[in-house]
Amino acid sequence: MAEMFYSHAIRQAIEEEMTRDERIILLGEDIAGYGGAFKLTEGIADKFGIGRVRNTPICEGGFVGVAVGAALTGLRPIVEIMFMDFITLAMDQLANHAAKFRYQFGPQVCVPMVVRTPAGAGRGYGPTHSQSLEKWLVATPGLIVAAPATAADAKGMLKSAIRCDDPVVFIESKILYGRRGEVPDGDYTVPLGEARTVREGKDITIVAYSRMTEEALKAAEALTRHDIEATVIDLRTLAPMDTDTVAASVEETGRVVVVEEGNLTGGIAAEVVARVARDCFDYLAAPPTRVAALDVPVPASRVLEQAATPDWEQIGKAAAQLVADY
Amino acid sequence: MSDSASRALDDYQRMCLIRQFELALDELFAQGLITGTSHFCTGQEACAVGAIAALRPDDLVTSNHRGHGHFLAKGADPGRVMAELLGKATGYSSGRGGSQHMADFSIGFLGSNGITGGMTPIATGAALSQKLLNTSRVVVCFFGDGASGQGACAEALNMAAVWDLPIVYVCENNQYAMSTPVPQAFGEPSVAARFAGYGIPTCRIDGNDYFAVRQAARQGADRARSDGGPTLIEALTYRMCGHSKSDKCEYRPAEEEQHWAQRDPLQVLADRLVRDGLASKADLDERQERVSTRVRHAIEFAQSSPAPDPETVRDDLYVSF
Repeated sequence: MAEMFYSHAIRQAIEEEMTRDERIILLGEDIAGYGGAFKLTEGIADKFGIGRVRNTPICEGGFVGVAVGAALTGLRPIVEIMFMDFITLAMDQLANHAAKFRYQFGPQVCVPMVVRTPAGAGRGYGPTHSQSLEKWLVATPGLIVAAPATAADAKGMLKSAIRCDDPVVFIESKILYGRRGEVPDGDYTVPLGEARTVREGKDITIVAYSRMTEEALKAAEALTRHDIEATVIDLRTLAPMDTDTVAASVEETGRVVVVEEGNLTGGIAAEVVARVARDCFDYLAAPPTRVAALDVPVPASRVLEQAATPDWEQIGKAAAQLVADY
Repeated sequence: MSDSASRALDDYQRMCLIRQFELALDELFAQGLITGTSHFCTGQEACAVGAIAALRPDDLVTSNHRGHGHFLAKGADPGRVMAELLGKATGYSSGRGGSQHMADFSIGFLGSNGITGGMTPIATGAALSQKLLNTSRVVVCFFGDGASGQGACAEALNMAAVWDLPIVYVCENNQYAMSTPVPQAFGEPSVAARFAGYGIPTCRIDGNDYFAVRQAARQGADRARSDGGPTLIEALTYRMCGHSKSDKCEYRPAEEEQHWAQRDPLQVLADRLVRDGLASKADLDERQERVSTRVRHAIEFAQSSPAPDPETVRDDLYVSF
């Protein structure tokens, strides 16, 4: 077990996998010499060469498409999209191509590629460098969408994503890059598609993922001062989504708050709530509730950004309210 | 007969197969036996067959929405193509793809596709694989004049140029993107001229002349195979039909259609084969006859094939789940 930054856990996963499998290549803007905008790939080109670690022109649609073509024909590309906001430029390649080839062409084809990208607000980058667009992706059958919350999961899930024969969008958090955590030694993997119960409590279930898991935990700790014991579940993978773990908990607690950093409408939390309503109807003591970003772009100014983005206080308030009212 | 001459006669047969296949398809549409749509390549057969004639069998091809010809030219089984069009379980995509979404990786055909320009980066990525895996294979990427306006296309060609990838882009300029004529859509109507600025060798050729296409593609494939990087061929051609099944094609001048009807690529090749003594009229008729039989068998195979089992509708979405 070693303590390391979330960002270093990601770099370690990439380096270990590139050492293990020569078919893995990296594609992205400024990833080779510069090491990427967040320095995630710093030093990797020195180890593996600029043949396998390729700086691309600025053309997200184009180089994600190149990755799809490379994945179809024997390579295993890992693409970096500098900010998740820019994934919009690659949506055609992800939604119309990567996600559909296995289904339409059958077992003769697979698309083993990973698109890594940092998401989320909290750094004052403003409307086009702060979004959480995972709901765009989970709406497309054929993509796997992962969003780890800890350094250990970042490493273990990225290794699983790289070994996966399906296209995976791997959502990282720019805030979590600077968080440290214990990471098991050796060839550590975490399966995709399995949620994680972070904390157990009998009164309410709080469901979150990525950076919001941290906020949910803070809220749960604050709630103990009001004699409310919360279970916190980290979804970890958003597609396919493990709502069985959520349902099992809600059957015990009867109450659920679902948290996401993206905008409220049509989001991940809406999907979780719909499934809970279907699967746990007879167990629910209170209406399933969502805490998410306001339905506005992410503003740059700190006070406005905070006003638009969910945090532990909002989560705690929503949870306490449900326990008080029902 | 030289190899080149016998290949030309075989390729005449391939072009006839594509033409007859689509004529038969038109008939099936008329009978209401096919749903959805199709984009015929009638009049553009020399582009597909000429370019693929320049390749090795293990070279790779990507296609677009007008892809029946490319696929048949690469060696697809007409029965399985027809079965896909009829939505049958024996179709290349088990009935999931229809006209615009078929592939057979075992013959190097990486897929037709319904997103205009969508396959250009994918073809470029396939070329990156060939380079990094040292296969000596080349990729031919077919697209149209309409796709040449897509960002994806420009992005792909730029990366191929920067990375010296083994790929030949074949732009079939049939002069209309659906109903929009090239001069209405482009400040520089020549695709070859536009992309020459990307640092790629380009040429503009008669796309209705099988030999011209084959020669240009051979040069491009040789360049790609000898680490010389990408080539773009602009093949000037003409759709002798509407854009798709619903298009009555009322936007083109009659004189223009008549002009191109005189340049039907099948007739151009037939005349050339007879004139050069490479085939007799009887040889050509015999090839046409073989093709008729093959198309008839394809339809029989497709019609007698079972429909897909609805129970399978969720299968093969993921490898891992």
